[in-house]
Amino acid sequence: MKPDLSVSIAGLELRNPVMTASGTFGYGEEFAEYVDLATIGAFVTKGLSLRPRAGNPTPRIVETPGGMLNAIGLQNVGIDAFIEKKVPFLRSVATPAIANFFGNTIDEYAELARRLDAIPEIAGLEVNISCPNVKQGGIVFGTDPQCAFQVVTACREATIKPLIVKLSPNVTDIVSMAKACADAGADALSLINTLTGMAIDLERRRPVLANITGGLSGPAVKPVALRMVWQVARAVNLPIIGIGGIMNARDALEFILAGATAVQVGTASFINPGAAQEIAEGMEKWLAENGVEDVKSLIGALEA
Amino acid sequence: MRMTAPSEFPAAQPGQFVMVRVNDAIDPLLRRPFGIFDVGVHTPAQTGAASQPYLEMLYRVVGKGTGMLSALHDTDLLDVLGPLGKGFQLGAPGEEKIIVGGGVGLAPLYLLAKELVKQSPVRLFVGGRTRDDVLCITEFERLGVECYVATEDGSLGECGLVTEALIRRLAACDGTPRIFACGPHGMLNAVAGIAAQRNIPCQVSLEGYMACGMGACLGCVTPGHHHSNETPDYRCVCADGPVFDAAELKWEA
Ligand SMILES: Cc1cc2nc3c(=O)[nH]c(=O)nc-3n(C[C@H](O)[C@H](O)[C@H](O)COP(=O)(O)OP(=O)(O)OC[C@H]3O[C@@H](n4cnc5c(N)ncnc54)[C@H](O)[C@@H]3O)c2cc1C
Ligand SMILES: Cc1cc2nc3c(=O)[nH]c(=O)nc-3n(C[C@H](O)[C@H](O)[C@H](O)COP(=O)(O)O)c2cc1C
Ligand code: FES
Repeated sequence: MKPDLSVSIAGLELRNPVMTASGTFGYGEEFAEYVDLATIGAFVTKGLSLRPRAGNPTPRIVETPGGMLNAIGLQNVGIDAFIEKKVPFLRSVATPAIANFFGNTIDEYAELARRLDAIPEIAGLEVNISCPNVKQGGIVFGTDPQCAFQVVTACREATIKPLIVKLSPNVTDIVSMAKACADAGADALSLINTLTGMAIDLERRRPVLANITGGLSGPAVKPVALRMVWQVARAVNLPIIGIGGIMNARDALEFILAGATAVQVGTASFINPGAAQEIAEGMEKWLAENGVEDVKSLIGALEA
Repeated sequence: MRMTAPSEFPAAQPGQFVMVRVNDAIDPLLRRPFGIFDVGVHTPAQTGAASQPYLEMLYRVVGKGTGMLSALHDTDLLDVLGPLGKGFQLGAPGEEKIIVGGGVGLAPLYLLAKELVKQSPVRLFVGGRTRDDVLCITEFERLGVECYVATEDGSLGECGLVTEALIRRLAACDGTPRIFACGPHGMLNAVAGIAAQRNIPCQVSLEGYMACGMGACLGCVTPGHHHSNETPDYRCVCADGPVFDAAELKWEA
């Protein structure tokens, strides 16, 4: 018997729990040649801002053991070019597309949510709250529960679409962040974004990245991500999307046991553009081999 | 190194590249980019044996990944993604073609030379710090390419920068030649400057630090000609390149 892989998250019906993570799957088109998009649950587009953003100088990427650091600086085409040049592709795709976005101010967040809400091809919104709040002098929305509450409240008022809030792991108390977002009306939480790190070139006595620090992703972050998913799942009554170092079906299933309803595959797509599809297929195979009829029965089923 | 390859490889354009996964483990995690040195179809001498497409890469051992590549055995399998990126535009038949290269930058230029000699006279200018930086000249000579070598320490060819020999050639040649270059960024910068001054079409093949090789991560970008912070114009080396018209890019003065 074929196991049931479908899940429902924030009102989105997914054929399976495997999504691709923002910033690692372009706007979808880039991968169409390598992945049958109809085999994955959903995909998330590169983080959008109101105006196009240049991003940081290079080098922007460096490999570290078991992971990579990136300091892309949120380069993106901006919402206008997104609507004009990227949305038409989404029309042909039979898989929910989720738009990831960020602003410099609460008003910008709300404005973006409003504009994305009006695009029928967008199935859901993922708010990235891990970027600097310029107005408030460098405080990060994603590390202060009060600020997070305000941002999510503003976005909630601006959209009726499923609203997912993506949390930063660079906090001392992830649970209080998650609660603030839940109180503000988020439909789901996705975690984690990248962990701040750095790499040093010893001979040149310089940081490797032009930006000095960058965000760590890949297998190296998986234990941190699993722990955070587990903590939040026990404390907050919202569906969770687990992200961080997922390379294969086993990794994905571990996140589901820890309490995630769905997962996102990030860095793995760089190494194998077909990773998300293979992970979905691998999950189905694992469930069949282990006599699990419905993946939903594994959500939060960790015996701890 | 030479390997047998899937059937789409012989159609690769000069200047395209591949992303190689050296190892199944997570260290090294990312694929490594390499230019396509040569592709073709090998027809075995025995009658009846199936002909076999092949791919060749030329690489220098600099670190972990290339070190592992050099330790591979004959029968090992390698996970190769490609051909990727945009290659060189060959230009009109008959006009003089000038290729400038340095170090492993010569790698993607061999397949280019192989195509160009079919339709034009081709001259190669190779530069390096020492003779160790000058690779595979004999392969180019065998194609019928006229080769000029210059090293900064004079250990091979002329002593000095290869760009000086290039300038002399440009002064001597009649008609407009077309320049193709791949090598260290400083060399490309100089070549782009020389070409711009003389209004000569010039394409360069760039390197970038790549994670995905297909335009998704935005790690490999390089500033385009009109780039500024107010009017961002970053181009992906992997998907918009690696070959660019030199005039499209921003160069240091
Ligand atoms: C489009 C493209 C085509 C290339 N073609 C060739 C080729 O045909 N032959 C060849 O030998 N090399 C080529 N390179 C460079 C090659 O990719 C790097 O040398 C290789 O990735 C180093 O891997 P490693 O694991 O051995 O080194 P690492 O252990 O990762 O690093 C060792 C040293 O190499 C440097 N390095 C790492 N990656 C790069 C990079 N992408 N570009 C420049 N320096 C780097 C690092 O800064 C470090 O100092 C190409 C690069 C690009 C982007
Ligand atoms: C190159 C790169 C770019 C990213 N860009 C974004 C982005 O624009 N918005 C966002 O919310 N997350 C972004 N992320 C974070 C990923 O979506 C994901 O949360 C993180 O990489 C952890 O997952 P992984 O270990 O599977 O890669 C980016 C990650 C990488 C590696
Ligand atoms: S290597 Fe990822 S965008 Fe070029």
